Amino acid sequence: MDSTILSLLGAFLLSLIGLFAFIWSLRKGLLVENPAGASIIFARGEVGRIDDPSLDAHTESAMQAAAVPDAALQATVQAEIDARTEADQSSAFPVFMFISFACLWLLVGSVAGGIASIKLHEPDWLVQQAWLTFGRIRSVHLNAVIYGWASNAALGVIIWLLPRLLRTPLRGAIWAMLGGSLINAGIAAGVGAIAIGWTDGMEYLEIPWQIDIFIFIGFALVILPALGTLLARRVSHLYVSVWYFVAALLWIAVLFLVGNLPGVHTGVQQATTNWWYGHNALGLWFTPVAVGAVYYFLPKIIGRPVVSYNLSLFGFWTLAFFYGQVGGHHLIGGPVPGWLTTLSIVQSMMMVIPVIAFAVNMRGTLKGQMHLAKYSPTLRFMMFGGLMYFASSVQGSLESLRSINAVTHFTHFTVAHAHLGMYAFVSMVFFGAIYFMMPRVLNWEWPYPKLITLHFWLAVVGVGIYFVGLSIGGWLQGLAMLDASQAFEQSVKVTLPWLQSRSIGGVLMSLGHLVFVGHFLVMALRFGPQRAGAALFWQPKLVLGAAHGK
Amino acid sequence: MENEVKLVSGAMVALAVATAALVVMPYMQVRDIKAPAALKPYTSAQLRGREVYVANGCVYCHTQQPRDRKLAPDFARGWGRPSVPADYVYDRPHLLGSMRTGPDLFNIGARQPSKDWHLGHLYQPRAYVPYSIMPSFPYLFLVKDALEEGDAAVLLPPAYVPAGKVVVASQEAQDLVKYLQSLNHTYPVLPAPTEPSTSSTSFKP
Repeated sequence: MDSTILSLLGAFLLSLIGLFAFIWSLRKGLLVENPAGASIIFARGEVGRIDDPSLDAHTESAMQAAAVPDAALQATVQAEIDARTEADQSSAFPVFMFISFACLWLLVGSVAGGIASIKLHEPDWLVQQAWLTFGRIRSVHLNAVIYGWASNAALGVIIWLLPRLLRTPLRGAIWAMLGGSLINAGIAAGVGAIAIGWTDGMEYLEIPWQIDIFIFIGFALVILPALGTLLARRVSHLYVSVWYFVAALLWIAVLFLVGNLPGVHTGVQQATTNWWYGHNALGLWFTPVAVGAVYYFLPKIIGRPVVSYNLSLFGFWTLAFFYGQVGGHHLIGGPVPGWLTTLSIVQSMMMVIPVIAFAVNMRGTLKGQMHLAKYSPTLRFMMFGGLMYFASSVQGSLESLRSINAVTHFTHFTVAHAHLGMYAFVSMVFFGAIYFMMPRVLNWEWPYPKLITLHFWLAVVGVGIYFVGLSIGGWLQGLAMLDASQAFEQSVKVTLPWLQSRSIGGVLMSLGHLVFVGHFLVMALRFGPQRAGAALFWQPKLVLGAAHGK
Repeated sequence: MENEVKLVSGAMVALAVATAALVVMPYMQVRDIKAPAALKPYTSAQLRGREVYVANGCVYCHTQQPRDRKLAPDFARGWGRPSVPADYVYDRPHLLGSMRTGPDLFNIGARQPSKDWHLGHLYQPRAYVPYSIMPSFPYLFLVKDALEEGDAAVLLPPAYVPAGKVVVASQEAQDLVKYLQSLNHTYPVLPAPTEPSTSSTSFKP
């Protein structure tokens, strides 16, 4: 008893001390604002200029006119623009590779998710093949979207933004591409393994450890060029997105390694490790990458630095120290030490701090510029994603409370929550980022801007139906299960209409993905109208492309 | 370099704290726990069945962790007493689960010991539980014209047997049922088998 309280206090104090030590060590101090740091994403003279490569020239000028000017625009410094162009060129190939793989896996994941969803209300549909059974196709969906879609998209965003933010070309791009090949070969093998019933058997850690070796080597081969680029930086200041990205890369490497170690974990301890990994995959990998992306793209699009740069760094360190310890809330009421779940509940509540820091900062930055979302689809995705980060995090904190957890634990409510985080927040941010990045990567405009709007609305309406319906169904399911006077039967029956509405929402989201990937394909194959913008890459092919295009 | 050092060391310290709390400390706390005398290691058939359970993802709809009576009426539903770490000593991978689309299975062997019920229920859950949304698993069974020697026939309600055929359980299905029958944790456990010496008041000054 004594030792558990001591250890609980110890871990908590240690994280608090560590947090304050690191905040203190940011020598500039929290009370002195740092506009220079916040402006590092702009070339000199670029503040006040809106930027969204997914727009055509006409909309762009309309958006610039609508932007509330902070100060008179000055001439941009060409040398700094050139440095960015050089950085973009250096990363174009690996980024294109990661995003292409991401798109492929998004489609695979959508189909698998759709099948799994329908199976929950049509249990005798597609039952003759083992690989199509719910327990397998559901895990195919999870691994395809978590590792295939989101991780590839995250790596693409990181590899594209790091050289930009560090104002230096990407080092060792070829190694990053080799790493990307290994990762994706590993994911393909892993998804196949799950389909044939070869799995490590734990949520988020299904891929057999033998295959994980290749994925880990692949990750290392991507991380090393990123670190090399960091050391070769030509900026004096590390922008907050760099903090998020580099930390996320290191975190996922350690998480993936420890979580998949074969033969070490067993029984209840394996369960705590499982959820340490499971929640940190979201908290210390996807969340920091997506938040880092918002901190870059949102200010960049509207041409205004983040209001409080220190608040963003404060958000980073609080996230780093609190988020890692929340995984135990998945085991509330389970056969694990009480101090562990208590610690996780406390840290889950502490997560409100970085989330509010983020929300306040974004609100301030967007103040008076919200209407620009009308013009810029990228901004729309980013704003929606940022808002859903706030919503899903606050919801997650509340869900960890014992009183609420008693209802929602073991129900579809948790599934709805997971999709609010991974889809409405993380995936929407990545969609927005890809819409921004690809014109720069491919030097080709998005051929049909209306399709971007269509994708946005399909995704928003789809995830809206999905989340609202499944949350209601899950809550009713939980209430029925808590009421001993109701038979278990009731907790199943009450979910059925909501499981059906989930399938409808999922189909809408998948339609959005078809629009998105189809549009991406049209762009990559150089169909559609040609852009007359700054030439960044693949210039020789422009002639060829023009011949193909209309 | 200074910023890089801060970034890398800070990120690693943060993760180290989390790892200590959620991985290392539970490891130290749980590693010396002995299995209760009444809990037997799995037989090889049960282990094979457990692999079928894992391979087909049963864990995504079924938990194996009845909750505390103060938190939920799991005991009243007949799912058993709250589980303790000692119950899981032989479990690798752990199958605690996170969803109850179907009921908890920690004591399904005690609740439903019948092999015939399990085989039939796996072949077609709705033959026994009309409201069930569990998938049927026809691929774990063979449909034959007539029984052969050594076949494990599945006794189904007549309406669910294909006309003029017999349904036979594969080895996988039989192993899976053996595993399900072994899920019986109705033996009593002391509240904390490893703690009596440390929590005893006589040690305190």
